[in-house]
Amino acid sequence: MSKLSILTRGLLRENPIFVLLLGMCPTLATTTSAINGMGMGAATMFVLTLSNMAISLVAPLIPSKVRIPSYVVIIAAFVTVVQLCMQAYLPSLYDALGVFIPLIVVNCIILGRAEAFASKNGVWSSALDGLGMGLGFTMSLTLLGCIREMLGSGAIFGWKFVAGDGILIFALAPGAFLTLGYMLVIFNKLTHKTK
Amino acid sequence: MILTLLLISLVASAAVGLVYRVTAAPIAKSQEQSRIAALKKVLSQFDNNPVDELQTIGIDDIPLKVYTARQGGQVVGYAVETLSREGYGGTIVLMAGFRPDGEIIGIEALSHSETPGLGDKIDSRKSNFSVQFRGKNPATFRLAVKKDGGDVDAITASTISSRAYAAAVRRGYDAVMQLTKE
Repeated sequence: MSKLSILTRGLLRENPIFVLLLGMCPTLATTTSAINGMGMGAATMFVLTLSNMAISLVAPLIPSKVRIPSYVVIIAAFVTVVQLCMQAYLPSLYDALGVFIPLIVVNCIILGRAEAFASKNGVWSSALDGLGMGLGFTMSLTLLGCIREMLGSGAIFGWKFVAGDGILIFALAPGAFLTLGYMLVIFNKLTHKTK
Repeated sequence: MILTLLLISLVASAAVGLVYRVTAAPIAKSQEQSRIAALKKVLSQFDNNPVDELQTIGIDDIPLKVYTARQGGQVVGYAVETLSREGYGGTIVLMAGFRPDGEIIGIEALSHSETPGLGDKIDSRKSNFSVQFRGKNPATFRLAVKKDGGDVDAITASTISSRAYAAAVRRGYDAVMQLTKE
């Protein structure tokens, strides 16, 4: 597989949200606005790339029986490091994302990519895979956040274009399921999946 | 097998510990700065460092931090870091400034997880909901939403957030009253 296709695979063909349906918990919970979705996506992308690289390096040394706990420890360590660094050096970003950062640990994309890709591939391929999947995740979350923010509060990236309130349900949890469902329909239609 | 896992955990905890030590000081500094920024917003004028005069007062079994602001040695106000756990998205933490007689100077939301577009209007950057409290004295201004028989104009479709906000302000007021009574 060429390096380029590893990178672009996560964007459309194996998009983590719309095709693989991985990481639904943070997707549904954090896409209440475009900026929240984008922040969650970016933080996940960062951790995913680093953890993919680290795991591809140590994977040959880990007995297969303890690989999952080992991966979880490595991922959790990276998330904590990212959280502490962000809190210390980028406090305003930390304020905006604070509640979502610990959620990255439970995102199954990261464990999924560690298990399915990083443990079997070299360090650079794994880095590209993490970057590509992370970009796909960020794009999808930003898109969902945009739609929900536009419909739910009549704004985009915090800039209000409709006076008054939007369709409240889209800002709340049921709106997350509705938006995701319709997005899946459109995505499958566009990629000509008939099954 | 166990040894590998132990080794990985050891390396991971060492890395986390190292980063913690390196970042502890900058984190404390930025938290202190944001606290002082919030204090400046909710207190009119002061020339001391209110963080030096920190007291903790328990209201409804919740310990609240009370900062005393002085101008030329005279107490000119109190800022209370008050909270309510009854928000729509969990805990709402506010910094509320009061004059010694209990009149509200200003209120800023420090942290909350209210719904964007609805409950997050408690944030002064999102709407002017918090402005209605300025200059009011809770002795005459009832800190409850109008639906509950109070004087607070609730945010449309966010009664729960507004109710929690009013409850937090009321706790702050109670803390100041307890302090000045002594």
